Amino acid sequence: MVLFLIASGLSLIFGVTRIVNFAHGSFYMLAAYLTYAFAARLPLGGAAFYAAALLAALATGLLGLVVEVLLLRRVYRAPELYQLLLTFALVLVIADLVRFVWGTENLTGPPAPGLAGAVPIAGQLFPTYDLVLIGLGPAVALALWALFYRTRYGILIRAATLDREMVAVLGVDEARLYTSVFVLGSCLAGLAGALQVPRQALTNVMDTTVLTEAFVVVVVGGMGSVGGALLAAIVIGVSDAFGVLVLPGASLVLTFVVMAAILIVRPWGLRGRPAGQERAAAAGVAARPALPRAWGWALLAALVLLPPLLPTYWVWLLAEVLALSLFAASLYLLMGAGGMVSFGHAGAFGLGAYGAALLMLRAGWPMPLAFAGAPLVAAAASAVIGFFAVRLTSIYFAMLTLAFAQIGYALVHQWYDLTGGDNGLLGVWPARWLASPLRFYGLALAACGGGVALLSRVERAPFGLTLRAVRDHPRRAEAVGVNIHRHQLLAFVIAGFFGGLAGATFVYLKGSAFPEYLALPVSVEALVMVLLGGVGTLAGAPVGAAVYTLLDTVVTRYTAYWQAVLGALLILLVLAFPRGIVGALPGRGR
Amino acid sequence: MTLSVRDLRKAFGGVRAVDGVSFDLPRGEIRALIGPNGAGKTTVFNVLGGQLRPDAGEVRLGGERISGLPPHAIWRRGVSRTFQVSAVFATLSVLENVLIARLSAAGRSLGLLGRAGPGEAERARAVLARVGLAEQAARPAGVLAYGDLKKLELALALANDPAVLLLDEPTAGMAPAERGELMRLIVQIARAGGQTVLFTEHDMDVVWSVADRILVLHQGRVIAEGAPGEVRANLAVQQVYLGEDP
Repeated sequence: MVLFLIASGLSLIFGVTRIVNFAHGSFYMLAAYLTYAFAARLPLGGAAFYAAALLAALATGLLGLVVEVLLLRRVYRAPELYQLLLTFALVLVIADLVRFVWGTENLTGPPAPGLAGAVPIAGQLFPTYDLVLIGLGPAVALALWALFYRTRYGILIRAATLDREMVAVLGVDEARLYTSVFVLGSCLAGLAGALQVPRQALTNVMDTTVLTEAFVVVVVGGMGSVGGALLAAIVIGVSDAFGVLVLPGASLVLTFVVMAAILIVRPWGLRGRPAGQERAAAAGVAARPALPRAWGWALLAALVLLPPLLPTYWVWLLAEVLALSLFAASLYLLMGAGGMVSFGHAGAFGLGAYGAALLMLRAGWPMPLAFAGAPLVAAAASAVIGFFAVRLTSIYFAMLTLAFAQIGYALVHQWYDLTGGDNGLLGVWPARWLASPLRFYGLALAACGGGVALLSRVERAPFGLTLRAVRDHPRRAEAVGVNIHRHQLLAFVIAGFFGGLAGATFVYLKGSAFPEYLALPVSVEALVMVLLGGVGTLAGAPVGAAVYTLLDTVVTRYTAYWQAVLGALLILLVLAFPRGIVGALPGRGR
Repeated sequence: MTLSVRDLRKAFGGVRAVDGVSFDLPRGEIRALIGPNGAGKTTVFNVLGGQLRPDAGEVRLGGERISGLPPHAIWRRGVSRTFQVSAVFATLSVLENVLIARLSAAGRSLGLLGRAGPGEAERARAVLARVGLAEQAARPAGVLAYGDLKKLELALALANDPAVLLLDEPTAGMAPAERGELMRLIVQIARAGGQTVLFTEHDMDVVWSVADRILVLHQGRVIAEGAPGEVRANLAVQQVYLGEDP
């Protein structure tokens, strides 16, 4: 039921403001820590926990107010992508803030006074507190229902979820409505976090764990539908419990399989409505003229000639930049040229990495064959995923790709015998004749530099041009004879192939593969690189990858709070330089 | 090739937007589809273009059934269209817009490594010249003036040398003088290329002057069909338009 609280807040915020609030899980985590801190300090004895929980929820609401007014209000009219990045920046900042204030140790909060015992039901003991929470869920649902269907404010909210423009035209103060909804949603997240304190230890990863679960619930329920969130929370809760009973090793997988299945059958969730003619998430970002061609040749010359003169450490770093450049460039093809913002591109990267590792370690293929086979594994998986995903638009596409990447993550994480689970796969080294830094660098340059060059070629070819047309106006593209789903599927497979090649290069560079390669943060890293460089051009992707990697390397040397720095950078980027680094450079002109 | 429509039906919820429409459109004819707002004109266009699937009935082009096919397949068989709210590829240049349609016509949309090449670019320029947009070729489509957007849409529809042109309010939103001019241009192009045209238009003066024949739709049904003079004299049509903007 805690899940319902957090999901309903998330859904509510999306329904009215169309913002997918990544920071929702962070609000939840922050509220949990605040409850812990308040409860320890308030001189109220037994009532301290309840007062602290309430206070924490209110404080979270207040934080929501500040965030909405200072940051989000500036980007409501921007492409969805920027809103996502802004809220993701908050995730990073809040996560480091929590680490800074409360440290990385797990903390155990106070039990809920008066509800500490357990009640026997049908021969089993159930914690009293859990039972109270189970009762509380429907109570909150009822309160929300009354708010929506029995007050003027509720009518406005429901009207705004249906048609924002119309509500604005009717003279409703949009800004105030948005702010109040964001505060309400944040409060719900805060309440959820506070109520969770007696049930589990507080950890630094509470935010992302709960966020993924909440996403699943919101997407399955239908974005913007609170009733759907309740229904979905129950469906997911049951499938979870069922999964633990029947397939204890695959409970994680099952949740996402349920999500994917529901999205495939009902693309708008159980209670959601078709989104109508929604623009693609990245639409509105105009292409920029190409960079002077001489720059490309100069860069290539530098990449070939310089490394023998550099210290080994820098050669490895450069190889890493190359791999990440290809990763970012492959995502660019999808989101920049194709307007399809994937939140699961780490899936391709991870499949390439695990493909290479497994083909070599488990199937006994020689390294060069495994290296070449890995991108094919990623491309094949992309073909299957893409078949379902390209039918969906904007945010649902993002969510389904996320779901599939999470299925991959869960599989790799839980299929211990094959993948070693979270111990990862070690000893994934290149063949001996390729192992020296310069030789491996050469391989990385050929594979990844070549990959980026090929992608750039594809982007300018008839295929890439038509892909842009599909992004700009799918219906028009269809009406000039373009089979848009086939086109998008091919783009998805190509992006998967090169994402996989990047992953394969990366795994031989690091010598090991871990489940985290497939997880959401890696997908977001790729998004950040593309945006950092500039989403209007392919050249932005390698630039973004290089700057990102260098920043990462330099900043982590001076501070343990690299995430906070990155978060601040992202906020700056979105608010001040939405066109990215390359977007601000002079062009070749048309 | 005759476009023949038989007993076409399409309902949205309880509203029968198109309720048993039949007509034949012989090759080379320029036919206006008129009727008051909500008569079902745009629904007819969307069914013909493949954007909507009919509930019943069928559309044949030269004997081959095209109803129920996806829009891209219908376009390949020679039925091209424009949209009421103009639809172009806004971030691409005017020339690239037409080039995409040309590449599609040549079956080269999926070309991964090659370039569009000078041949197709030349053909795209020629199409632009036909609609009078040659000067604008290098500009992004998103910044065009409204009348030029309508012309670009026309160029997109003409790019594959279609047998049938479906033009949903090709002059909507333009000044009266420009309307007549663009419509005459369309007629001239269609006559030269032997294209069949089905168009909707609210300006009756334009309709009377350019259409070979007129089809009148009311509440999803055909209430009159004939040469401009006949339709004008038709009592049922006068009744439908009574009180409406004639």
